[in-house]
Amino acid sequence: MQEKALSPTVSTERITLTINGTSQQVEVEVWTSLLDLLREHLDLTGTKKGCDHGQCGACTILLDGKRINSCLTLAVMHDGAELTTIEGLAQDGELHPVQQAFIDHDAFQCGYCTPGQICSTIGLINEGKAKTLDDIRDLMSGNICRCGAYTNIVKVLQEAIERNQNL
Amino acid sequence: MVTKQIGKPQNRVDGRDKVTGRARYAAEFSATDLAYGVVVSSAIAKGKIKEMDTSEALRVEGVLDIFTSENRPKLASYDSSFQDEDAPPGSPFRPLFNRDILFNMQPIALVVAETYELARYAASLVKVEYETEEHVTNFEAERTNAYEPEEYKSTPPPDPWGKPETALKEAEHRISEVYSHPSQHHNPMEMHASTAIWEGDGRITVYDKIQGVLNSQEYIMGVFGLAKEDVRVLSPFVGGAFGSGLRPQYQLFMAVMATLELKRSVRVVLTRPQMFSFGHRPKTVQQLSLGASADGTLEAVVHHAFAETSRFEDYSEDVIIWPGVLYKCENVKLSHKLVGLDVYTPLDMRAPGGTTGIFALECAIDELSYKVGMDPVEFRLKNYSVKDQNVNKPFSSKELQECYRQGAELFGWKNRNPQPRSMREGHNLIGWGVANGAWEATQKPSGAKAVLTKEGKLTVSSATADIGTGTYTIMSQIAAECMGLPIENVEFKLGDSSLPQSPLEGGSWTASTVGSAVKLVCEKLGEKLLELAQESDDSPFKEVSIEEVEFTDGQMRLKEDTSVAIPLTQLLKENQKDSVQVEAESKPADEQENYSPYSHSVVFVEVNVDEDLGTIKVTRVVSAVAGGRILNPKTAWSQILGGVVWGIGMALEEYSVMDHQYGRFINHDLAEYHVPVNADVHDVEVIFVDEEDQIVNPLGVKGLGEIGIVSVAPAIANAVYHATGKRVRDLPITLDKVM
Repeated sequence: MQEKALSPTVSTERITLTINGTSQQVEVEVWTSLLDLLREHLDLTGTKKGCDHGQCGACTILLDGKRINSCLTLAVMHDGAELTTIEGLAQDGELHPVQQAFIDHDAFQCGYCTPGQICSTIGLINEGKAKTLDDIRDLMSGNICRCGAYTNIVKVLQEAIERNQNL
Repeated sequence: MVTKQIGKPQNRVDGRDKVTGRARYAAEFSATDLAYGVVVSSAIAKGKIKEMDTSEALRVEGVLDIFTSENRPKLASYDSSFQDEDAPPGSPFRPLFNRDILFNMQPIALVVAETYELARYAASLVKVEYETEEHVTNFEAERTNAYEPEEYKSTPPPDPWGKPETALKEAEHRISEVYSHPSQHHNPMEMHASTAIWEGDGRITVYDKIQGVLNSQEYIMGVFGLAKEDVRVLSPFVGGAFGSGLRPQYQLFMAVMATLELKRSVRVVLTRPQMFSFGHRPKTVQQLSLGASADGTLEAVVHHAFAETSRFEDYSEDVIIWPGVLYKCENVKLSHKLVGLDVYTPLDMRAPGGTTGIFALECAIDELSYKVGMDPVEFRLKNYSVKDQNVNKPFSSKELQECYRQGAELFGWKNRNPQPRSMREGHNLIGWGVANGAWEATQKPSGAKAVLTKEGKLTVSSATADIGTGTYTIMSQIAAECMGLPIENVEFKLGDSSLPQSPLEGGSWTASTVGSAVKLVCEKLGEKLLELAQESDDSPFKEVSIEEVEFTDGQMRLKEDTSVAIPLTQLLKENQKDSVQVEAESKPADEQENYSPYSHSVVFVEVNVDEDLGTIKVTRVVSAVAGGRILNPKTAWSQILGGVVWGIGMALEEYSVMDHQYGRFINHDLAEYHVPVNADVHDVEVIFVDEEDQIVNPLGVKGLGEIGIVSVAPAIANAVYHATGKRVRDLPITLDKVM
């Protein structure tokens, strides 16, 4: 007797997301993480997967302006949310100042943790919590850089914070 | 050479792609109808698969196939077909070859499904029954069976010289200690991945995470019997590797096998735990005995290393050559034995052997300097070597003394109180430590191609890699410099098996090897352009030789009379050429045989050790490097910085914990395997001392990927001693060991 095919009870939901300024409707299976939705379904591969367990920060994106690990949340939970990924930071071909500062300070090597580091940097600037060098180091410690570009990443933030204070 | 580009702190030419997310890594290339493969890993370390039940998994809608040792396609059977460019002597692991289990987390099945989630779910339904055999993963227990391999992957231990035992016995001052570090894993941020794209008619294109596309291509040809023209391997960006991508890893095998069988594109990405299943820096235990005379002359070195390997390959690395490289000593004895365990074969990890051997040697030297009662810097300088005693050849250059001078000055070494526990700030004990090191500066043969178009765009290419090291950038600089073009007009291509041959990117030889090939191909291009100019009878270049012309500002011109010049674009147009193309193969010069080429470094470290809690913070590092000519101070600084961060990890954090009950690395994720994070890294200063070397290669560069790490861990260990008065000889130095 032919056994019946097993079908995991995974339903599909239609959600609306505004990604990098563009609103779109997407069909998502409820077991798909926000990270996998971006990478595997929407071809937004700039957001990286380094552990899939919220341990490395490579998947950091901005959700309603706040930095989050996109691997630790299911896409279906974010109906109506506004996301900014690394692909959405440059405007009309002009890099976001943090992107340019990462290049100028050589704040990366292999580049794999970089989108997460940049989103985390922008998130941290938005938070306005980092006042000292030690604050920066602590509050950026959720983003691992195995190439070890930390001191250069710190320079980007120091510069940005000084710039903001001078405003 | 006029230097307009070389030596300039040029921003990375691939920087824009990396900060905008446009740079695509192996798992990020899409294909129509892409299927996803998830690897099932063995739960035991040794034995056999008795039975594997895939029926439930296969019934999941959307599962395309499950590959196991029972239904896999026919594969090559000879060891040589599976051996790659970096294979140690032995019999390489062959995925899904039979039911034998050789190590824990061995890949035993590949589940392929329509989506990643489905494949992952179905993989959880695969049931495996094992016939378990007793495994041995306990290094200490197995050390009594240590052996000398028939063939070393590394330099075989040099014969002893002088009378080491007698000299040691008669030495005024002696130390004899054991130094060890545990297994450590590379953990690049990008998990190993391969996307194999089915092109039809048995042809595939594979995006692989690899440090040399030709190694993957050869492997696929050998294992699956494909012709060269049927497999193209690409790897334009590599998300870190540090050695993990030297050998083709099993996700490549799996993706290619499934693609060939299903005639459909397949992606396989390993999980972070699976990143602990294919190669690591081997646990190594070193016995070091040193003797010195009353005046601090190093009289004897006896260095025995015991290092982990697998049961199927004899992996060894250059652990014991360092006394002969770093110090002058008349009486030396060295040995290197392997301890075979039921684990995967160890794998070169950033400065393999150097990081290990220099750690032990530099801690031992520091201990001896205290016994003699000399400043650790002075003691090292007293025993400074001017030749490599292992091979009895002079160094091609060695500006290590200048590293000491500049490094000590910037660090403020002269203000150090030599007494341990003598410096403190509140409840923090402050320690200052030093260590020096070296790394080989070799050149390998390499090819390169250059194409100049009539629009004045130059494309230079070679099948090398950029794993974050800056290859794209420095090669573009070299080519721009040689042809006198702005860097914006130059593109360097790499990571494509259809490009001219180049070795694996490793061993710190890429700047030297590929750089020399780029320089040579540009010189040939220059010659060809001159010939082109000479085709017309009235050319002002008619009677001149290549030595009399230079390429600058987009022109070819006479050195003697710079008004005699022709823009390269005009030269091509006048000769009705759309482009000019040349290829070249560069080889190391014979003269190199007479010298021993090494880069050198000194690292000064300050640590703060909390007296009550035992927590250790590396507050200041000065790394002074003699690395030949520096092509790009910006990317060079980053490489040394990375080495420092790795050294901090090695000294204080990194430890792959073997659970002997299961024979498995139990802390196999980034929460439990600690690597340095931002808060662990404080002030780091890098100095490059001037070092001219006309022997090492035509560019005078030495490579910087590994020299940055070698001296860091011992300098930290020595600083911890200076702070606390405790010698910790077993890495990592965790708080329990200094309390």
